[in-house]
Amino acid sequence: MAERKSVYQFGYRRSADQDSKSPVRRPVVIVGAGPVGLTAAIDLAQRGIASVVLDDADRIGEGSRAICFSKRSLEIMDRLGLGERLVEKGVTWKVGKVFLGEHQVYAFDLLPEAGHKMPAFINLQQYYLEGYLVERAAELPLIDLRWRNRVTAVERHNGFARLTVETPEGEYRLDADWCLACDGARSKVRDCLGLKFEGHTFEERFLIADVKMSAEYPTERWFWFDPPFHSGQSALLHRQPDNVWRIDLQLGPDADPEEEKQPSRVLPRLKRMLGDRKFELEWVSVYRFNCARLKKFVHGRVVFAGDSAHQVSPFGARGANSGIQDAENLVWKLALVLKGEAQECLIESYELERGQAADENIGHSTRSTDFIAPRTKHERVLRNAVLQLAPHTPFARRMVNSGRLSVASEYDTPLSTKDLEAFGGSAKLGLPIPDAPIEDRDGKQCFLLQTLSDDFELLYVKDGARPNVPEGLRLTVIGEDFIDRDGVFASRFDATPGSAFLLRPDHHLCARMRRYDGNRVREALARAKGISK
Amino acid sequence: MSSLNTEPNLPNPDAAYEALVEAHRGISETESAALNARLVLILSNHIGDLSVLKSAISLAKKAG
Repeated sequence: MAERKSVYQFGYRRSADQDSKSPVRRPVVIVGAGPVGLTAAIDLAQRGIASVVLDDADRIGEGSRAICFSKRSLEIMDRLGLGERLVEKGVTWKVGKVFLGEHQVYAFDLLPEAGHKMPAFINLQQYYLEGYLVERAAELPLIDLRWRNRVTAVERHNGFARLTVETPEGEYRLDADWCLACDGARSKVRDCLGLKFEGHTFEERFLIADVKMSAEYPTERWFWFDPPFHSGQSALLHRQPDNVWRIDLQLGPDADPEEEKQPSRVLPRLKRMLGDRKFELEWVSVYRFNCARLKKFVHGRVVFAGDSAHQVSPFGARGANSGIQDAENLVWKLALVLKGEAQECLIESYELERGQAADENIGHSTRSTDFIAPRTKHERVLRNAVLQLAPHTPFARRMVNSGRLSVASEYDTPLSTKDLEAFGGSAKLGLPIPDAPIEDRDGKQCFLLQTLSDDFELLYVKDGARPNVPEGLRLTVIGEDFIDRDGVFASRFDATPGSAFLLRPDHHLCARMRRYDGNRVREALARAKGISK
Repeated sequence: MSSLNTEPNLPNPDAAYEALVEAHRGISETESAALNARLVLILSNHIGDLSVLKSAISLAKKAG
């Protein structure tokens, strides 16, 4: 059970870089071919930037890792060409229920609003996402993916990083203008730079079991406090594709991880939960977690993204989802810098924006963990008081915390231009824009997000002639390029004729105005590229 | 935003104290602790102001 069976197998291939006398220099070297590294590589390639991706394995293994992918991640994946495939394979869900003992105390619906291309969440085994990302990467000649290339040393130099890479055929060196460390929670790059996480480890141990069974449970996230089948602890049940169910059982701080993994211990626990149903164990592990981060994500030309930069508890699905958003945030900035369209200081805004997101994720994740696993008797008394009040009062239901699920972070950032006029609607400065159903020029129904480019873009609501926008800015005129037939765009953006909305390449709203003003747009665009006056 | 009121605010403080005492009569220590926890949560929500709550917490800590 401890050995991960491989789901996808890849081959090592010798690279010409290994034959070079002196280290070959590459614009971008990405360490780690997981969701974060591959998202970065694909997004870079779509922006015309070549990258080398190094991974120490030669396969994608099964096993319990990320399963919940948020709407924001799916929107990013859709831009990379994988959104529909993921949704098709994944299990779409939006309802969560929380039980105390046998009784439901709370339920939530994550996306009560229609008119979005992507659902609030899908559940999908991480290995499927990784497999699809590898296939997508293989379609892009700008990506050079090297399996069984293990980074063993990283040296920081002025303007580049030098990596020592171990392969089945020996060692070679590789220079990177930029090195993206996407090598996970046990990051080798982080160790090589002697960097430490700041935060804390929770003592509580949890058992994860992925179980294959046909069961009639609905496609909802079910969370129990003190369930009848697992007294005094918590439990989670969540469906994945292929009739696989994720079960997460709290074990307490004193559980022995080796013993608890044995089928003789696991099976009786699961039988108490699942009754007489037939099931097979696909994966079992016992874990503990950190809520911690690197103080800085950018270290000269080495940039950390995903679990190598920050770690959270699994409650809230904030690990892989935040890593994917890290990659997207970093890549458009890096592409502009490498093309000479922005200065290196733009990368500092990655640090700022994703640092805010990491703090937010760590905050939510720490609070959820404190609620799920109270550390003292008195914390437990308080927690139980919330649960006891929940069936009787709306305020206590809102306090029940079985994980606050990942949503996009709202950046308080110098890249945004402050509003001069009031705007309502759900669109907000610093947030990714909301999706909306629209009609294209041919009368075909589609969604706003799928029509957007990978570059800066201005959405302008028709009021006379098309404005002359600054060079390099894509203009989309609502009322010409697409029709807001149902008025959903107007209501979500509080859009009136003549108003304009400036989007960053990651589709975050960075400026808006009631009347198009060329100078303001030019200034806002410069600001969003980190160019100060 | 208002600040924590530490001046007499109940028209009949003795009756309020009596109500609290009565609530704890005849129940175990464990039940008392749980009751207090529920009360704190209910009253915190009623106050509806995090800064007032934090002032109350710090006063309670200091006075003990």
